[in-house]
Amino acid sequence: MSAAPVAPPGPGATADQGPLRELSRRAFVEHVMGLPVSVHVRGDVEGPEVRTAVSQVFGLLRRADSVFSTWRHDSDLMKVRRGELSTEAAHPWLAEVEALCVAAAARTGGLFTADYAPETGHDPTGLVKGWAVEKAAAHLSHVPRISFCVNAGGDLVAGAGQGAAPTTWHVGIEDPEHPGSVRATVPLSRGGLATSGAAARGAHIVDPRTAMALDRPGSASVWGPTLLWSDVWATALFVDPELGRRALEKTDPAYRCLVL
Amino acid sequence: MRRITLWALSTLTTLVLLFSYHTSTSSKASTIAAPVVAQAPASGSGSASGDGSSATPSPTPSTGSASSGSSSSGSSSSGSSSSGSSPSGSSSKATTYDGDAVSTRYGDVQVQITVKSGKVAAVQVIQVPWNDQRDQEINSYAVPILNSEAVAAQSANIDMVSGATFTSDGYIQSLQSAIDRAHL
Repeated sequence: MSAAPVAPPGPGATADQGPLRELSRRAFVEHVMGLPVSVHVRGDVEGPEVRTAVSQVFGLLRRADSVFSTWRHDSDLMKVRRGELSTEAAHPWLAEVEALCVAAAARTGGLFTADYAPETGHDPTGLVKGWAVEKAAAHLSHVPRISFCVNAGGDLVAGAGQGAAPTTWHVGIEDPEHPGSVRATVPLSRGGLATSGAAARGAHIVDPRTAMALDRPGSASVWGPTLLWSDVWATALFVDPELGRRALEKTDPAYRCLVL
Repeated sequence: MRRITLWALSTLTTLVLLFSYHTSTSSKASTIAAPVVAQAPASGSGSASGDGSSATPSPTPSTGSASSGSSSSGSSSSGSSSSGSSPSGSSSKATTYDGDAVSTRYGDVQVQITVKSGKVAAVQVIQVPWNDQRDQEINSYAVPILNSEAVAAQSANIDMVSGATFTSDGYIQSLQSAIDRAHL
């Protein structure tokens, strides 16, 4: 459960040639929001700033969970839903995310929505994860001489700290029909990558047009400058690969996709 | 008619993959029988009720035994996978890491990766569901793909895994957890 590394640095740590101990790499893993969150850091991984930043990453995710979780009775979101907390008194993140949900629905032509379920009302959980992970990972960009990649349940953010060049992380895209095997590899050095599908959690994505849960196989991966929008677009493309792809190319050409 | 041809073709491909997998790996590692070994533990199927991720994440940079969490995979001897050459420096030594056993809809799957000079040099499936005819078809297809992908990625190196949202229960289908463990 702790973020403390248990072993000395990975293979080829110091003695090797190459600039800035390039091979030094360390991983930290914690489970937050019901997801395994892996933080991988390369470069000057021994600095105290690394440890501080990593704990800030997990700390922010736990905070986001306490604000947005629909599984926690005492989250701000649930209190607002039950009318026990006014939106003004709630954490300002709620309003920030709500505005993003509105923008996401507009940007995807309605393929993404936070308002599909009339009985629960506004449900931003489809967007919160990408938003929170991106916000959390920003803590790492203040650390000098490192590059980093955060993987939260299959959604990734990569980047580099102060004065450091980003490194390329080779992301294996899982084969939706054969969990555990890799179908494609995507290089990611800066930005986000998200995959949507029904494989791992069963049907949890709802087609806003029919209000029905999508139970088909397959997955949609999107990567580009931010995880937030990669995540939104991955959902949209899983809902409708054809329409989604066209909307993506028209609206957000900086993003790339892979539908399996 | 068309379908049959397609089916026959894909079967052929599978066979070819199977064979190519065997030969390509055997030159490197002495553990080609690993997937088959899992026959025993999986057929017990007692683990099916155990709600996944049965193996506790034991940090096992094992260089000798492949035993670890899930039952009798130890019989696969393997582990170190020698990987030929292995010159001098400790940095170039191959180390293997076992992932957690993960429940998939096909049954329990567990993988093991070999890290050499900071790169994923090989992926072995050390536990696969192998219960009936259908499972065998699935695995004879999936296992070689997995291995050939990983070996093909040797130069590219898979650093992270993305897929439809993984939950903590099935900690990243094992592959990510194995990668994580290599760098903890």
